Amino acid sequence: MKLKFILTAAALGVASFAAQAADTIKVGVLHSLSGTMAISETTLKDTVLMLIEEQNKKGGVMGKKLEAVVVDPASNWPLFAEKAEQLLVKDKVDVVFGCWTSVSRKSVLPVFEKNNGLLFYPVQYEGEESSKNVFYTGASPNQQAIPAVDYLMKDLGVKRWVLAGTDYVYPRTTNKILEAYLKSKGVKPEDIMINYTPFGHSDWQSIVADIKKFGSTGKKTAVVSTINGDANVPFYKELGNQKISAEDIPVVAFSVGEEELAGLDTKPLVGHLAAWNYFQSINTKANKAEIATWQKFIKKPDRTFNDPMEATVIGFNLWVKAVEKAKTTDVSKVSDAIIGLEVPNLTGGTAKMLPNHHLTKPVYIGEIREDGQFDIVWQTKGEVAGDAWSDYLPGSKDVEADWVKLKCGNYNTKTKKCSGQNY
Amino acid sequence: MKGPDVETNMQLRRNQQRRYRGRFALLCRPLLLFMLWLGGAVAWAQAPAGNEFDTAVASLPTASYMDKEALAGQIARSGHPQAQALLQGWLDGKLYADASGHIWLEGEGGYVDPASGSAGKVEADDLEKIGTNNRLRKGLKGMLAQFALASPTASARIRAVREMRRELDESAVAALQARLQQETDAAVTNEIELALALAELQAGEPSQRLAAIASLDGDRSAEVYNSLSQMASGDEADADAQVRAAALAAVRSIESWRSFYQGVETLLFGLSLGSVLVLAAIGLAITFGVMGVINMAHGELIMLGAYTAYVMQLLLPNHIGLALLLSIPVAFIVSGLAGVAIERGIVRHLYGRPLETLLATFGLSLVLQQLVRSVFSPLNRSVQTPGFLSGSLQFNDLLSVTWIRLYIVLFMLIVFAALWLTLNKTSLGLKVRAVSQNRRMATAMGIATSRVDAMTFGLGSGIAGIAGVALSQLTNVGPNLGQAYIIDSFMVVVFGGVGNLWGTLIGGMALGVTNKLLEPWVGAVMAKILVLVFIILFIQRRKQGLFPQKGRAAEGH
Repeated sequence: MKLKFILTAAALGVASFAAQAADTIKVGVLHSLSGTMAISETTLKDTVLMLIEEQNKKGGVMGKKLEAVVVDPASNWPLFAEKAEQLLVKDKVDVVFGCWTSVSRKSVLPVFEKNNGLLFYPVQYEGEESSKNVFYTGASPNQQAIPAVDYLMKDLGVKRWVLAGTDYVYPRTTNKILEAYLKSKGVKPEDIMINYTPFGHSDWQSIVADIKKFGSTGKKTAVVSTINGDANVPFYKELGNQKISAEDIPVVAFSVGEEELAGLDTKPLVGHLAAWNYFQSINTKANKAEIATWQKFIKKPDRTFNDPMEATVIGFNLWVKAVEKAKTTDVSKVSDAIIGLEVPNLTGGTAKMLPNHHLTKPVYIGEIREDGQFDIVWQTKGEVAGDAWSDYLPGSKDVEADWVKLKCGNYNTKTKKCSGQNY
Repeated sequence: MKGPDVETNMQLRRNQQRRYRGRFALLCRPLLLFMLWLGGAVAWAQAPAGNEFDTAVASLPTASYMDKEALAGQIARSGHPQAQALLQGWLDGKLYADASGHIWLEGEGGYVDPASGSAGKVEADDLEKIGTNNRLRKGLKGMLAQFALASPTASARIRAVREMRRELDESAVAALQARLQQETDAAVTNEIELALALAELQAGEPSQRLAAIASLDGDRSAEVYNSLSQMASGDEADADAQVRAAALAAVRSIESWRSFYQGVETLLFGLSLGSVLVLAAIGLAITFGVMGVINMAHGELIMLGAYTAYVMQLLLPNHIGLALLLSIPVAFIVSGLAGVAIERGIVRHLYGRPLETLLATFGLSLVLQQLVRSVFSPLNRSVQTPGFLSGSLQFNDLLSVTWIRLYIVLFMLIVFAALWLTLNKTSLGLKVRAVSQNRRMATAMGIATSRVDAMTFGLGSGIAGIAGVALSQLTNVGPNLGQAYIIDSFMVVVFGGVGNLWGTLIGGMALGVTNKLLEPWVGAVMAKILVLVFIILFIQRRKQGLFPQKGRAAEGH
């Protein structure tokens, strides 16, 4: 209740400040502020508010102030669609930053396409999608999962693979892609173990014992974890208790970042790996400045910064640049203008918006340190272009997304047809 | 010196194993020489001390992880008296470089120069840690193990030999052989001989290999199993048929032991999951079972207990273990008082109206969740695990049980016993039973029933709080903690038989073991579904659960 009050107050504050300008540009924020996903999404809401505040200090966009419209879809997937409709139809926002889980994105997609809205989606996801109305500023599988597996295979000599995940769409799709990829690299089926667990699974004893057994055949074994959110804590604890160290069986996680580590006892996790496109510990000027701004905004000198936040920053900056280029906030014109635009990312490279609505991103592998930060042990040379449709799945191998030349999000290069559906 | 890239390093190790068999001796001699240099040599003590040590240490701040591994080997071989202390400090993350590139080792009293051991005046802010990664830590542990071979205590030497077994390269074998000559302790000698036999498996002569297999009989560790199963079949099977047969026999024997212990392990896992279920459900067995109140906020009372553990640790940051122990009674009081308040404020007005009770307590559970979100933030809080609860109890190479699980089983039994005694041997328990069996008669006998109701609800809630303290060690402490356990709790109570503590105990244990027995076959998701289906079918047949209540009370409800 208190939290909600503060949020409303914050939103009102921004609103009343903005009301002084004659005309404002409305920015919708569609992140869960209550329920299961509040843990991750509240931070992104604050990030957008910070970016708006900073932009307004610089004089807004095209001389107009930005105004945040914050709604709370409460980790409830149908409510996401409802709130999106409200933002687009009732509040008439010019752009929306929002969603975390894939299921929430799938839930709002038809709404955005029907009302021709504009959504910036800042989280790494399973790919297999490219909507006219969505810009994906997080990583697609070829910008996170595949490079991480390459690192394990080439640098650590991993021969046996455990693909462990929470039982929902992102891990299932990612693991399908990874399995196909590993097999294409000559890994035998008996050297791959796939395991799914329910959301919030807390009893990891037998699964960890299985992993231990699977990993004790003399071949180097690694766990590729798409285990979601807080199920990770008991998982890593159990690994520590059963004395599986990162030296023997490293775990590389795609959903464990600085923010998640802040809530747990990091001792049993030290040395395990995570793959992201951004780490707080990366030492660049832009990164340090952004973190300082964030910590000042949130008034906590030890608040962490993470990958989806960087993706939000990049998405926001790209949108501002595109609006200024198109000289309008009209969704179609901004969507056309944004493709090909480049903004610096926080790690010293550039993020370029590609015709398939994905970004170029560098990939980093970090080892978890005791202070909850990461030591970078590996990184790609330069940026990797995001691929909407995986090259390793039989269904999507021939599918391409290109909103410039093909004007299609799922063009089949074999049948030379656009399937017609927008996503 | 530039380190090799990882591919060639892997190659090296593989090649080196083959060399033991005397097959590729010529081919990989230069590689082997390099390996020797890298891994550190037999006795650390021959090289001229000082110089090599100093240059290696000086180049540490700028070295890449690959170079660091080589530098570590150089330091280990230098024979410098401080080499061991430096490597140990490095492994423990206590090695730093200042701005000028000078290396400092963090000791108990402050920072010292690693070469001379003399203290220096440096500010902690100016220092940058010399990092390690997984590979390097493994290498450092191996090097330190070779130092530890000379340790005065036998147990440390045994640990060192076990550590070296993980990666038996030529230098390790030589070091072990050297140690064997002067070893006096029988246990250590035995351990070294086993390790050497493991290396002998790769020996040139079939007879030597046969002897090695024979001497490894009874050793069921993973290293032995791996080496033997590789020899028995597959791409790298042994050339000699007799050796292959012997290896196969040994592998079979290990495998039969393995499957036996696997069964034991699964059973233990089931018991521990069962105890968690019982702990979560036992408070509900009182409020729902004895009083008949459908309390949907039961999970949130568990959550309050878990947050109490968190707050206690915040209050006593230097005594994590003590804080956890203290939080058991404190959580009982906190959740108990919350329970009394709930009973007095809400439930009391709704006796005999189960649907309204359900809705009211469900609403209350949402209120409590949001309250916690507002007070503690929506993020999970970290409750530390004290040292005595982490790690595992190793029975043998194939069976180990994590301490925390053992303690949970024990803790559950204690809580259960205490609750049983309270209900059966105290005057409060007598009154509780009297009221639940026949309220009107109890009133007639002069029992203040409404006060007993509050006390009973408080007792059940307090137990939920205690369960929360235990769960804080197993799972996440966050606003959603309660939701994760409420369904399981009701499942256990209904399955066990409403109103029966023993039913809750047996029911929870049975569900835990069933779940764990199913899990290896059908996976965690399916196992949960199957258990639910089983319960639905079971309740259809036996509406009263495992242990139905008999007598007037049962009919009265």
